Amino acid sequence: MTASLQARDITLGYGDTPIISELSLEVPDNSFTIIIGPNACGKSTLLRGFARLLKPSTGSVLLDGAELRSLKPKEAARKLGLLPQSSLSPDGITVADLVGRGRFPHQNAMRTWSREDERAVAEAMDVTGTTELSRRLVDELSGGQRQRVWVAMALAQQTGHLLLDEPTTFLDIAHQIDLMELFAELHREGTTLVAVLHDLNHAARYATHLVAMRDGAIVAQGDPREIITAELVEAVYDLPCSVITDPISGTPLVLPLGGRRSWQRAAR
Amino acid sequence: MSVDNNLPVASRELPPVEFGRRHVFWENRRIAWRIPVRSLVVSAVLLVVIIAGGLYSMTIGAYGISFGAVMDAIVNPAADPDIRQVVFEWRLPRVLFAVLCGAALALSGGIFQSLTRNPLGSPDIIGFGIGAQFGVTLLMLVFNLNTYAFKAVGALVGGLLTALLVYFLANKHVMSSFRLIIVGIGVSAGLGSLTSWILITVSVEKAMMAATWGAGSLASLGFDQLIPAAIVFVLVVCVALPLNRTLPVLEMGDDAATALGIHPARTRFSAMVIGVALVALVTAAAGPISFIALAAPQIAQRLIRSNTPMGTLPVMLTGAALVVVSDGAAQLLEVPVGVVTVSVGGLYLAWLLARQYSRRA
Repeated sequence: MTASLQARDITLGYGDTPIISELSLEVPDNSFTIIIGPNACGKSTLLRGFARLLKPSTGSVLLDGAELRSLKPKEAARKLGLLPQSSLSPDGITVADLVGRGRFPHQNAMRTWSREDERAVAEAMDVTGTTELSRRLVDELSGGQRQRVWVAMALAQQTGHLLLDEPTTFLDIAHQIDLMELFAELHREGTTLVAVLHDLNHAARYATHLVAMRDGAIVAQGDPREIITAELVEAVYDLPCSVITDPISGTPLVLPLGGRRSWQRAAR
Repeated sequence: MSVDNNLPVASRELPPVEFGRRHVFWENRRIAWRIPVRSLVVSAVLLVVIIAGGLYSMTIGAYGISFGAVMDAIVNPAADPDIRQVVFEWRLPRVLFAVLCGAALALSGGIFQSLTRNPLGSPDIIGFGIGAQFGVTLLMLVFNLNTYAFKAVGALVGGLLTALLVYFLANKHVMSSFRLIIVGIGVSAGLGSLTSWILITVSVEKAMMAATWGAGSLASLGFDQLIPAAIVFVLVVCVALPLNRTLPVLEMGDDAATALGIHPARTRFSAMVIGVALVALVTAAAGPISFIALAAPQIAQRLIRSNTPMGTLPVMLTGAALVVVSDGAAQLLEVPVGVVTVSVGGLYLAWLLARQYSRRA
């Protein structure tokens, strides 16, 4: 297993308080890596470290053997894309123009728009099923459509790695599955995906490599079929549960037992 | 160059992307450009307006010259030397200054509106123009420094210090453009009253001179002021060119912009310095010409149906056309050009505010 994207002993945080201390993680190439964990476990912080949005105070993030921060921003942007948790669509921008902005790292003053740009945008919109929306205004779209457009924008960037920060939050279940299926397809076509996800069962179903975090550290990682057990879920989330096999996908399915409130569990 | 909406798409047969507008493509091994046809047409029309408006405004004045005589004086070196003197020494620099001021203010407005993601985020509203004006008034009246170079330094330092003040007062962890605008209005009110205070403490003659300048006028400007201003203008515009591509990406939020290979803090800082420099170079020469920075980028954006107020050529041409036409009107009405732009721009601002609030309600 090779891992061209990896974190080595990184410490990340805001201000003086580190949220993650000296954490190392190798993202297997061509994997669909999903990071899970309770709120404030540092999973989004870790993703922000990979995405160059947070500067590690110790350690480094490596991409293809080079330190990510030593690359020029545009060079890094040609290799590593991000679907941010929150982004702003400029007033009055059309879908095609927003997707086209994903081409920025491939452009320069002499080449502001080329045939490759056109092709990349057409492909990204085709894969995400947003071609019919080309001329619509992004503001007018539904949440599910808008998220697909932002995925298309990130795909137009044509990076080998794509980071997804809670991509399905705020979507209804049908659009969540829709989007997860899209990511699975991108993964099959060769993109290495790293996602932060809240839904444990979606993570279990779609991840090829699952990373469970708690209190800024990795508790377990590996194939979800091998690592997801009732003990692990309880250790990560303090949630008593039963794990069965998902009759549809054959992956683990976590069923919370319920009955006790979290503050009672904490007091135990 | 070819007009073409159907670029061939290789491999899988995908239909061309529908951008909803026609483009002119120009692509070879070194260059690959795509320019919307609409931008080209709008720019050409604006250029015609600027030239026609400029020629017309050269016919106005105490010494009436016909349109034909102005044309003759410009192209024919053997024309009446008196007319040539009037046209070249007095009226042509004024028109060229109008073009330069309009273009610089419009570009500055586009930069700040893009940075703040708000049509109200122009340097007139957020106080950088008033800051530049304060800097010049201070140097001119308190330190008696009245050359273009000193005024330019005063305007630049005043504008930059105001920008920094507004930036730090408004910056609490996250940058909110609304807070930036509100703080900017407050700071500009404070600086405006300081300027008035300076005016009432100096002699009447000095205050009159400052007041004439403070109304924003192109009337007394000649080539000796135009040339340094034009050199600075060209330099600043060259430095500003990359912003044409980076600022629209920054409008998508800092996270998305970082992922696309932009350094948000660095880009924001350089854009702010460039925007203030553009306002300062105009303020130093002609005094404050308000509302061009506010209105021009929005008008240009609607004319070319763009999705960003940032755009170099059409925005600058719109600003130039506005100032040239306003200056023509100012000459007919015998008032400083700043008075015309304030009156017209005030109406525009009222309309803009009304529209923003009706949308929010």
